[in-house]
Amino acid sequence: MSALVDIRDLTVRFGGGGRSVHAVNGVSLSVEKGEVLALLGESGSGKSVTLKSILQLLPPKRTKIGGSIRFDGRDVLALKGRALSDFRGGEVSMIFQDPALALDPVYTVGAQIAETVMRHESITREAAMSRALEMLQKVRIPSPERRLKNYPHEMSGGMRQRAMIALALSCNPKLLLADEPTTALDATVQMQVLLLLRNLQREMGMSVIFVTHDIGVAVEIADRVAVMYAGTIVETGTIAEIMKDPRHPYTRGLLAANLHGAVKGARLDAIPGAPPTLEEPPSFCPFAPRCPQARPECRAALPPVVEPGPGRRVACVLEAAPA
Amino acid sequence: MSASEMGLPDKGGPRQPLVIARDLTCHFPVRAGAFGPKKVVRAVDGVSFSIAKGETLGVVGESGCGKSTTARLLIGLTPATGGKIIYDAQELGEELSLRDLRRGVQMVFQDSFASLNPRLTIEESIAFGPKVNGVDAAEARRIARDLLERIGLDPARFAGRYPHELSGGQRQRVNIGRALAMRPRLVILDEAVSALDKSVEAQVLNLLTDLRRDFDLTYMFISHDLNVVRYISDRLMVMYLGEVVEVGPAEALYERQAHPYTAALFSAMPSMDPYARTQVPPLAGDPPNPIDPPSGCRFHTRCPFAEDLCASKKPRAVTLGEGHQVACHMRDPASGHGKAAA
Ligand SMILES: Nc1ncnc2c1ncn2[C@@H]1O[C@H](COP(=O)(O)OP(=O)(O)OP(=O)(O)O)[C@@H](O)[C@H]1O
Ligand SMILES: Nc1ncnc2c1ncn2[C@@H]1O[C@H](COP(=O)(O)OP(=O)(O)O)[C@@H](O)[C@H]1O
Ligand code: SF4
Ligand code: SF4
Ligand SMILES: [Mg+2]
Ligand SMILES: [Mg+2]
Repeated sequence: MSALVDIRDLTVRFGGGGRSVHAVNGVSLSVEKGEVLALLGESGSGKSVTLKSILQLLPPKRTKIGGSIRFDGRDVLALKGRALSDFRGGEVSMIFQDPALALDPVYTVGAQIAETVMRHESITREAAMSRALEMLQKVRIPSPERRLKNYPHEMSGGMRQRAMIALALSCNPKLLLADEPTTALDATVQMQVLLLLRNLQREMGMSVIFVTHDIGVAVEIADRVAVMYAGTIVETGTIAEIMKDPRHPYTRGLLAANLHGAVKGARLDAIPGAPPTLEEPPSFCPFAPRCPQARPECRAALPPVVEPGPGRRVACVLEAAPA
Repeated sequence: MSASEMGLPDKGGPRQPLVIARDLTCHFPVRAGAFGPKKVVRAVDGVSFSIAKGETLGVVGESGCGKSTTARLLIGLTPATGGKIIYDAQELGEELSLRDLRRGVQMVFQDSFASLNPRLTIEESIAFGPKVNGVDAAEARRIARDLLERIGLDPARFAGRYPHELSGGQRQRVNIGRALAMRPRLVILDEAVSALDKSVEAQVLNLLTDLRRDFDLTYMFISHDLNVVRYISDRLMVMYLGEVVEVGPAEALYERQAHPYTAALFSAMPSMDPYARTQVPPLAGDPPNPIDPPSGCRFHTRCPFAEDLCASKKPRAVTLGEGHQVACHMRDPASGHGKAAA
């Protein structure tokens, strides 16, 4: 099977104004056709920046990008002009935590979906409108005919999220980039939207990169997980492997901190300290200052990326030389 | 005033609940548009509960159900439109003044930045409350340094820092320290750990557990994360559209939920087992608007067990076991609901 997306050694650095942030520091990952990959990590670990790089959504003047991103064999970092706008929203589209980033407040939901379809396909306004209706039905918005004429603010939070999904999927993308689309929703609504996305993904056979900080959400949606820390991927594996046998000390800490099954009153196994601020790119294991198993060699160089099994990758010295 | 006089002394003894809320209501007048009709948001609508001394009461429910408003009523930040608050056997507005209430109750919010003055060092921020309450400057400073030590921020390194020079987790520690400087007996934590990263959240939860023991605190802990609430709470209160639908011992509620809404909240928790993912959404639709809430049982528009009765008659609270109350016709043998256990 060939990968739909292949990211190699991606680096992203924000500069300007004296201070620089090394947000992404050598990320390599690939997503197969029809696969759902979760990017799991804490805030500031570089998840959103990685996603935005794929669509060139970062401010070009202040951003320095290195490495390569290939989509269906093409170099997407080189796309420009018409080719880039065909790519965005046509082959790859994105949904966000805040639907205001995708939905324009001054147009009705129906008009926005129709507009997007017409931009990417040569069809009449009428056909585009009926596609919009079909999309609202697909995301199971109640009374879809009426909702076509709604402005975003006339919808509830869960419904706006569904409308944004309808817009994103209206041109049948091969890849959906989902940046914490359920994080701001109430628990019962979050689960509705997760199940909807899972069903649509299967039905349409698309690939998804789903960014989340919540391991429970990853379990519900993902086939595979890449765990990010300080702009690097520390561990990759299937969701089942990660849950059953987390190898990297950071992944283990994250799982414990989820409190799933924590005993009331017992002390929590908290990871001490906080993530690094990334003014410098990491020159040794970025987790070393917080790692309970750190050894001198962890602070000497970047840890090796070891493959303990097919499709499994762990960036840690312990993996290279088990104690 | 010396620091030791700042907190409120115990009045009612150990068996007297620290807080009793009776039939609290908070209705906000609103207008739909500039010339729209006048309406009322029933943010809190007849809420009763109590919190025992030394206990942690967890409060859960979807956004807008009235958790924060209830908290603001308890601390006197928002005036109640009805009901009573009895703090350690003294009724607010009668034996107890608002000023005294505020000495006994402190609150920590989700946004760690918003409640800290950016122009004060964190030592000054913590010392501020005691100073305003008449503690002399040197003593206030000593209190602040002791607290910094207690919340895990070495005063030698951190006392002179400003809020923007701290991480989110460190700022939240400062907010907790600032609340404790007032020697409160009740601390309300409104999504206080929700904005923190998981790994940092665990540190702050450990700190809260230690402080509760060392300072004899009582907590009201508001959170949308049921794993966190379970870990920290003794009892759990579940709210829906301004009302309490179920309250009971936390473990009992985790084992068996008596109210269909509580059950839905629990089944919306991710499964954590990739081989047994959630298959059926727990509920359809979003929570309705608290302006014009549904008649009868407010949950009837989303409840899988609703009958005609539920739309017309408000369910009364029935007691199921020690400290366990639920407001659902199904649990009330006298209600006439088809599924009511006789
Ligand atoms: N000052 C106000 N004026 C009008 N309506 C208000 C006011 N404060 C709160 N409300 C409304 O009262 C209801 C309850 O709000 P509250 O903030 O208590 O909810 P909550 O349970 O804390 O929600 P969340 O989980 O989102 O924090 C909401 O519908 C809210 O919009
Ligand atoms: N446009 C930008 N300019 C400067 N810094 C940025 C920009 N976008 C993100 N960053 C920084 O890059 C790092 C990674 O951010 P992000 O990918 O958004 O994290 P997350 O994993 O939470 O999605 C953070 O330190 C963030 O502050
Ligand atoms: S490389 Fe060393 S410091 Fe880094 S995670 Fe592994 S053991 Fe810990
Ligand atoms: S009273 Fe009726 S509608 Fe309300 S929760 Fe019980 S069964 Fe459902
Ligand atoms: Mg992000
Ligand atoms: Mg609130």
